[in-house]
Amino acid sequence: MTITNGRRSGAATGPADPVAIDQWYAITALDEIPIGRTVRTELLGVPMSYCRDHDGSPLAWLTQDSLPAGAPVDARTLHAPLPTLADYGYLWTTVGEPDGGLFDIPETAEPDRRILNAGTFGIFTSGPRAVENFLDMGHLPFVHPGVLGQQPFTEIVDYQVEYRSSEIYAVNCLIFQPKAAAASTSGQMVNYTFRVPHPLCALLYKSTPEDDVRLDVIGLFVHPIDDGRVRAHLFNCLLDTVNTDGQLRRFQQGVLAQDKPILENQVPRQLPLDPDAEAPTRADKTSNAYRRWLSDLGMTYGVVARSNS
Amino acid sequence: MIRLYDYLLSVNCYKQRLLLSILDVPYERVDIDFYPGWEHKGAEFRKINPLGHIPVIDDDGYVLWDAHAILVYLACKYDPSGSWYPTSDPQRLGEVASWMLFAEGTTNTASAARLHVNLGYDFDLEACQAGAHRLFRVLDEHLWFREQQGQAWVASGESPTIADIALFGDVALSEDGGISRLDYPALRRWTERVQRLPGFIDMPGIFPVAKAPA
Ligand SMILES: [Fe+2]
Repeated sequence: MTITNGRRSGAATGPADPVAIDQWYAITALDEIPIGRTVRTELLGVPMSYCRDHDGSPLAWLTQDSLPAGAPVDARTLHAPLPTLADYGYLWTTVGEPDGGLFDIPETAEPDRRILNAGTFGIFTSGPRAVENFLDMGHLPFVHPGVLGQQPFTEIVDYQVEYRSSEIYAVNCLIFQPKAAAASTSGQMVNYTFRVPHPLCALLYKSTPEDDVRLDVIGLFVHPIDDGRVRAHLFNCLLDTVNTDGQLRRFQQGVLAQDKPILENQVPRQLPLDPDAEAPTRADKTSNAYRRWLSDLGMTYGVVARSNS
Repeated sequence: MIRLYDYLLSVNCYKQRLLLSILDVPYERVDIDFYPGWEHKGAEFRKINPLGHIPVIDDDGYVLWDAHAILVYLACKYDPSGSWYPTSDPQRLGEVASWMLFAEGTTNTASAARLHVNLGYDFDLEACQAGAHRLFRVLDEHLWFREQQGQAWVASGESPTIADIALFGDVALSEDGGISRLDYPALRRWTERVQRLPGFIDMPGIFPVAKAPA
């Protein structure tokens, strides 16, 4: 991983939340980024643009008038380039000063892994809401019936939540799933581990039909456009020798399309950090740990802070 | 056996899955990596459909594309009752044709808004939403008058037609493109009627309805 440019740039125009500002965010899958043509977006409300240079390396910059969407890009003429990373198949950038590089996903080094962006979806919600939904096992039988859960098997066997080197781990989450993965041919008890290494990135490790020891890794990397709108990247690092990319993506996208209307109907769009703010059915153990963790980090962007703090 | 070149989150593909399910016709699905792979734009797929779009069906060597054309073909071939595409009734057939053209309009507005919000397609969101609202208002009023006549479906008569199938997905998924149906009560009642049809299947993003009281 290389930090191609280290200047501090957009913090003055972003939200007054150093926790949110000083992070790397996945903007778009590298192989979906046009070569030498401007794409405009926003990051934490800050207008920014990106493309790939003619050698394929990612470029990101604070949006400038001379480069409208689609305009050809010459890297030497960028007024305010942003630092970039090319990791796990995505362009990552920041409008702040992250403390080092990205979290590690050791499984991505295994040669037989299928690593792909299963899709990037715009959702009218905040980053913390999107991550909290990803961590919440309680909704699986109700929102993804017949796939990731099934009534009446709604019980989640009690599991442990741990903090390891400033990350959240929820281990030994067991649930019956009728179709746990694209490669599944029958229902099974599935063991989940959740990992939250970044305020707006979460990973889940789950048993796979194709390997008795190693685990599939599925990630949610959130690009916060602002505090009520995100682009959610579905990162896949799978053990699957059976399915085409189209079939793998169909499975993950179908799950996300079921979550989207649930997320968009949550009011407010920002995630309340107060544990008593929402009905107990939503207050899954990992979700609660995530809320507390964001609270302890001092994150204020995309959340409703605890009233008594 | 019919082969359907399909993408799960395409409303035009969903129309085919819905009609095939209602008519209880077996078929084989080919999952096209529509997004983000753009497989339908690739050279391989253009050998099947040179226009590079889905859905496409291949019914034992007979290849057909365009969502509404496929609905016509499937209904004519696989609905022995003749009710889904009423070729024996010129007036109803005319209505079906008219509302299927109307559904091209919802594709270009409501579906386009959805593609912009979900996948970042370069469309003018406000124009798409305004266009969808204009069409939804017309359809809501039309369905309200139908209800006053004791009828439940888009075309006149006692039973649903492929015009209902052609319109349902864009309406049921409109919230995905930021288009609220709060102001269209007759439209909401009609979507629930479609969802209660025997053989109905949903598509991710459509909220299930409560089962009808026994
Ligand atoms: Fe979900």
